[in-house]
Amino acid sequence: MSSVAVIDYGMGNLHSIAKALQHAVPDVEVQITADADTIRAADRVVFPGVGAIRDCMQALIQSGLAEVIKEISETKPLLGICLGMQALLTMSEENADTQCLDILPGKVVRFADALVDGNGNALKIPHMGWNQVQQCSHPLWADIPQQSRFYFVHSYYAQPDDAAMIAATTDYPDAFACALARNNIFAVQFHPEKSQAVGLQLLKNFLHWDGQI
Amino acid sequence: MSLAKRIIPCLDVDNGRVVKGVKFVDIRDAGDPVEIARRYDREGADEITFLDITATHDNRDTIVHVVEQVASEVFIPLTVGGGIRTLDDIRRMLNAGADKVGINSAAVFNPEFVREAAERFGSQCIVVAIDAKKVSAENESSVWEIFTHGGRKGTGINAVEWAKKMVTFGAGEILLTSMDRDGTRVGFDLPLTRAISAAVSVPVIASGGVGNLDHLAAGIIDGKADAVLAASIFHFAEYTIQQAKEHMKARGIEVRL
Repeated sequence: MSSVAVIDYGMGNLHSIAKALQHAVPDVEVQITADADTIRAADRVVFPGVGAIRDCMQALIQSGLAEVIKEISETKPLLGICLGMQALLTMSEENADTQCLDILPGKVVRFADALVDGNGNALKIPHMGWNQVQQCSHPLWADIPQQSRFYFVHSYYAQPDDAAMIAATTDYPDAFACALARNNIFAVQFHPEKSQAVGLQLLKNFLHWDGQI
Repeated sequence: MSLAKRIIPCLDVDNGRVVKGVKFVDIRDAGDPVEIARRYDREGADEITFLDITATHDNRDTIVHVVEQVASEVFIPLTVGGGIRTLDDIRRMLNAGADKVGINSAAVFNPEFVREAAERFGSQCIVVAIDAKKVSAENESSVWEIFTHGGRKGTGINAVEWAKKMVTFGAGEILLTSMDRDGTRVGFDLPLTRAISAAVSVPVIASGGVGNLDHLAAGIIDGKADAVLAASIFHFAEYTIQQAKEHMKARGIEVRL
């Protein structure tokens, strides 16, 4: 039986993601853990997160998990979700510029105020709800229709230095990178664990992924 | 292509059963919450909201079990409101599998609670529920006031000002219920919805008064809401969520089908 570790560093509720992983692939061992050795021993690692980036980075550094994630990011399939995606970049504008893990070069920026849609209606921040995802070619999109809707809730988004890392985009109102990929790393701004059938499919694809593109 | 407007069925849960009252009286039994949540998920609900109206504290564990059961098989966002008064109440609901909590009267009695909750758990999971009633006369410009105790007690607080304040305190979303319309099935209070939506930067969920599918569409088009919430039209299978979405799509609204 393969195993997946869900990194627990005290930022948010991890039960949803654990339940969704288990539902996506019933015969996988899902562990919610803060233990470095358990994370190192797992076949795959999920790095979730909600809340503010400064608290997230403090928790990662104090717990020593920052180093473990850097190590994992070179070795095995890693899925960053929401704040877990943002933390992989170099820095975030949130909380007056916060240094992040610098695994994926780039920064995290806030949606501009007073954005409007095509009909002139004000766009709300956070970007909350089901939005369409324009995929680039990657094995984790297998069996997921192009332009499927995933559930988002965020006010900041990633701007990678290298556009080749963009694995998908979403419009709000302009296109932003809602998924990033590099080697064995895949990271999404939306919540696959809350995106019904397409989200479960993405988790299933991750749990079967060997980390190769 | 753009963000879809959301349809959110709401389950009023009393002692583990879904009920729906008309103007908070005449409570009708509508069934098992887990069963109903499953059906809404299959029909394409964008989120599900549980409103716990259980009166006694002793029976409040029931809602935790309902959320746990639903969260283990329904993978869309779940919100729980009703009786959320402490950080511990929030933690319990999030641990049970809720993604967001609705804070209503506790925010009125202690606005700092909203700030503490948002700082501790993040704004993304803090929905401030506002129960508003029109207090101005027909020939005056509209004024709405916050009411508590199921619409029975006025607070003197202006609803638009309150919504703005709650957002500065960290509310990630506003659930706006017109107490004049709740349970009446004559449609949302559209001027109220428009006024609140224009006043805040965060998404607004319109609630109270839905009797048909046109009312849902009006909440988005005329009320400028980001999401619409309804209970009884879905519980008694008058309409499915799917029908509601198709109707909204036909009116030119972006929906997830």
